[in-house]
Amino acid sequence: MITEALARLGRSGLAALAGIGRAHLLLAGIVAGVPALLPRPRLLLAQLYNIGVLSVLIIAVSGLFVGMVLGLQGYYVLNQFGAEESLGVMVAASLVRELGPVVTALLVAGRAGSALTAEIGLMKATEQLSALEMMAVDPVRRVLTPRFFGGWISMPLLAAMFSALGVLGGWFVGVGLLGVDDGAFWSQMKAKLDFREDLVNGVIKSLVFGVVVSWIALFQGYDAVPTSAGVSRATTRSVVHSALAVLGLDFILTALMFGD
Amino acid sequence: MGTTRTTEILVGAFMAAGFVALFFLAMQVSNLSAAGNGEGYALIARFDNIGSLKVRAPVSMAGVRLGRVESIAFDEVAYQAVVTLRIDAAYDQLPTDTFANIYTAGLLGEQYVALDPGGSPDFLGDGDQIEHTQSALVLERMIGQFLFNQAQGGSE
Repeated sequence: MITEALARLGRSGLAALAGIGRAHLLLAGIVAGVPALLPRPRLLLAQLYNIGVLSVLIIAVSGLFVGMVLGLQGYYVLNQFGAEESLGVMVAASLVRELGPVVTALLVAGRAGSALTAEIGLMKATEQLSALEMMAVDPVRRVLTPRFFGGWISMPLLAAMFSALGVLGGWFVGVGLLGVDDGAFWSQMKAKLDFREDLVNGVIKSLVFGVVVSWIALFQGYDAVPTSAGVSRATTRSVVHSALAVLGLDFILTALMFGD
Repeated sequence: MGTTRTTEILVGAFMAAGFVALFFLAMQVSNLSAAGNGEGYALIARFDNIGSLKVRAPVSMAGVRLGRVESIAFDEVAYQAVVTLRIDAAYDQLPTDTFANIYTAGLLGEQYVALDPGGSPDFLGDGDQIEHTQSALVLERMIGQFLFNQAQGGSE
């Protein structure tokens, strides 16, 4: 009875460890595929289109609306202290430091990460990956590497679009609708936000999230049980794990970058 | 071939839009366009009390921003705050008897270092110390002093 419970605990622990090990081996394989990718930029191009270009709409609309909501809510609070001029600082700092990288990563995980997992999982279920191996083509290098780097390159660019449109949305609401002074909005923002401290740290965050989201999505697909139920479970897990990893890592990165 | 071409154009537009957004953030939102980032020269000022002065607070003369507070340290021997000011290289003609004050922007605003020019013909250089400084005004201390004076006046 007790030994059975202990054995079950040990089994799940070992399975989790084995999963982490497989994920790292996969990442090593993906990175080892870079030399093979360089002479075939077209593979990367197709993935930049799938992950980057097709995500622009949702990122642009979300960024704009998040910025507009920040403008409204920020104005409500700042107005009570007579500090409406700081609206620009508040909107830009929250977007560039936190919301831009984090919300973009969550949206990309939902919009592109789930699609990647389903695609790879179905390739495995329909034995397309095995067929590639039959033809002496390494499926990790041929299929996974371009997808990984497509996601990694897209992430900071999408996050920058999100933040830029968010700032414009906040400006539209603050200056256009609520009557905050245009000059104060921009000049306070420029004076308070530092290039190295705020912007570069935000870009570093989204680079980290790009690795995590693409990695989790590809691993879940590649490691999926090759059945319909298995692919479905893997897709769910991909989104849930990505979201948890992004939010957890964001706390650690924020503590490291802005902790002092 | 047509679809590949369209894909190429769209990916190109996507990358360009991403970099334009980054450029916009760097130029319009952060202080990259403002001159002097890590450049310029350092001045040292010792204060008995810096109030709530923070690193990166502005350093200004006549209301114009000349630089930033680079670092704040504590001198354990003199029990003073040692503030390093990073002044933009363009402003290299500050007299050696320049006076440094810590003021507050607005009633509740952040604190900044205000420099008042002296009359010396020599100029401060990298690493020089500003000799004349005045501490930050701490509101509680002022109120305490005021009440103390009031009480003294009342007893006479």
